Amino acid sequence: MSVLDIANVSVTLGGTAVLDDISMHVAKGEFVSILGPSGAGKSTIFRLLTGAARHDSGTITCNGQPLATNRHGFSFMPQRDALMPWRRIIDNLTLGLEVQGIRRKDARAQVTPLLADFGLDGFTHHYPPQLSGGMRQRAALLRTIVQNRPVQLLDEPFGALDALTRTQMQAWFEKRWRAARWTTLLVTHDVREAVALSDRIYVLSRRPARVIAQVHVPAPRPRLGRPVSAQAHAIEAQLLEILLNQTGETP
Amino acid sequence: MQSDLPRRPGRGLARGIPAVLSVVSAFLIWEIYVRLSGISPLMLPAPSRVLDQIVLNRALLWDNTVPTLKATFAGFALSLTVAFGLSIMLDFMPCVRRALFPIFVVSQTLPLVAIAPLVVLWFGFDLTPKVLLVALVTFFPMLVALVDGYAATDPEIEDLMRSMGATRGRIFRNARFPSAMPYFFAGLRISITYAVVAAIFAEYVGARAGLGIVILNAKNSFRPDLVLAAVVISSALTLVLFAITALVQRVVLRWRDVGDTR
Repeated sequence: MSVLDIANVSVTLGGTAVLDDISMHVAKGEFVSILGPSGAGKSTIFRLLTGAARHDSGTITCNGQPLATNRHGFSFMPQRDALMPWRRIIDNLTLGLEVQGIRRKDARAQVTPLLADFGLDGFTHHYPPQLSGGMRQRAALLRTIVQNRPVQLLDEPFGALDALTRTQMQAWFEKRWRAARWTTLLVTHDVREAVALSDRIYVLSRRPARVIAQVHVPAPRPRLGRPVSAQAHAIEAQLLEILLNQTGETP
Repeated sequence: MQSDLPRRPGRGLARGIPAVLSVVSAFLIWEIYVRLSGISPLMLPAPSRVLDQIVLNRALLWDNTVPTLKATFAGFALSLTVAFGLSIMLDFMPCVRRALFPIFVVSQTLPLVAIAPLVVLWFGFDLTPKVLLVALVTFFPMLVALVDGYAATDPEIEDLMRSMGATRGRIFRNARFPSAMPYFFAGLRISITYAVVAAIFAEYVGARAGLGIVILNAKNSFRPDLVLAAVVISSALTLVLFAITALVQRVVLRWRDVGDTR
């Protein structure tokens, strides 16, 4: 059964149709990407899931329960790291747990064993501006993971990084994901990133966003840190073709 | 806890040198001018004479500094409480903000010269009118700074907290309030420089004791040297208060001093 099920969801914001009859699902341990042009409404899907926006029609269920009665299904990583500059890294990492009502001491005990894997050992008492962009992004990801929610929502997590750091972070992330198999929904406009990380990819049209394609990526992992396989290459070409040739309003 | 935060030993002192030089030379020029021109000390007393007066009248000045300090601290404590209380209320109730903010703005348009005698008339010669006037003059910069500071919270941080299931109260406590602290200290620095002046002005209008009374009496007996002696004390008070706020800011906003050590 799917952990997350979105069925026929439409959203209109301020008179503009943003999402049009969107249906998608994510199974446990699956990595699914939402790929679409900028401003298509990809982030709106996340805003629905985190309770920042409401859908007009359709249903969203998490572990079989409707969204309204289950607000604890998702942990969210925003585009920029959104680390609080006034909190030390350790206190940023435990923020989600503190909100859940876990005492600071216990929250720290949950975070500490994961620090090494996320390359944050020895930096827990630094403030965010003292860390590099890649480290801050890893901290933001760890802050998301430790909330221990069924689904991780990653909103263009590597988009703000420079090209070199992004490539390194994607390879690092793939390694971590292969070890932990977090159920993940990733929003991106980077075709290569989507193909490198995903099991399945939903392609959205321009606004109002519809699902115009669903693509499986059966290429063997790990996919990063080695030449792109012919299979992955073909999928990338296919996705670009879909994105470039779609109808709808011009950008 | 951590020792590798950047420190700038000595640089703070070195940076103070130009300011000290300019102040000292201003007083030197003043002193030299008074000595060479032979101007009457009733018109313009030399800095040395003002210093003498401070030493000679130290008991009088001290006795009158205490009530001024009391009024300043009590007024500022009231102002701080009101500013924080109001700012939180305004942040949680936008409709109240729209209703009350114009009144606060109007309160800042009242000329102190006109309002101070009335406040003394209503509340007498005791501490109360001074406390109220100090609070009236100092609460607004802090209130505006806090309200603007809350509004300047990074929306991504608020979205993040909402996604974690945080309540409005927790978002305020963990995100909006800390975000507002740099703004608050900017407002506090403005407020604190008004506080002593407001207390002295309130005393000047009507009081039994205080630096304002010293200034009033010295002026009436044609003693500009004693007026300036009291002025020196009042400036020193303001500078000390300013330094205290700077120290508190250093501690509270420690996270802003870490800089970019990438």
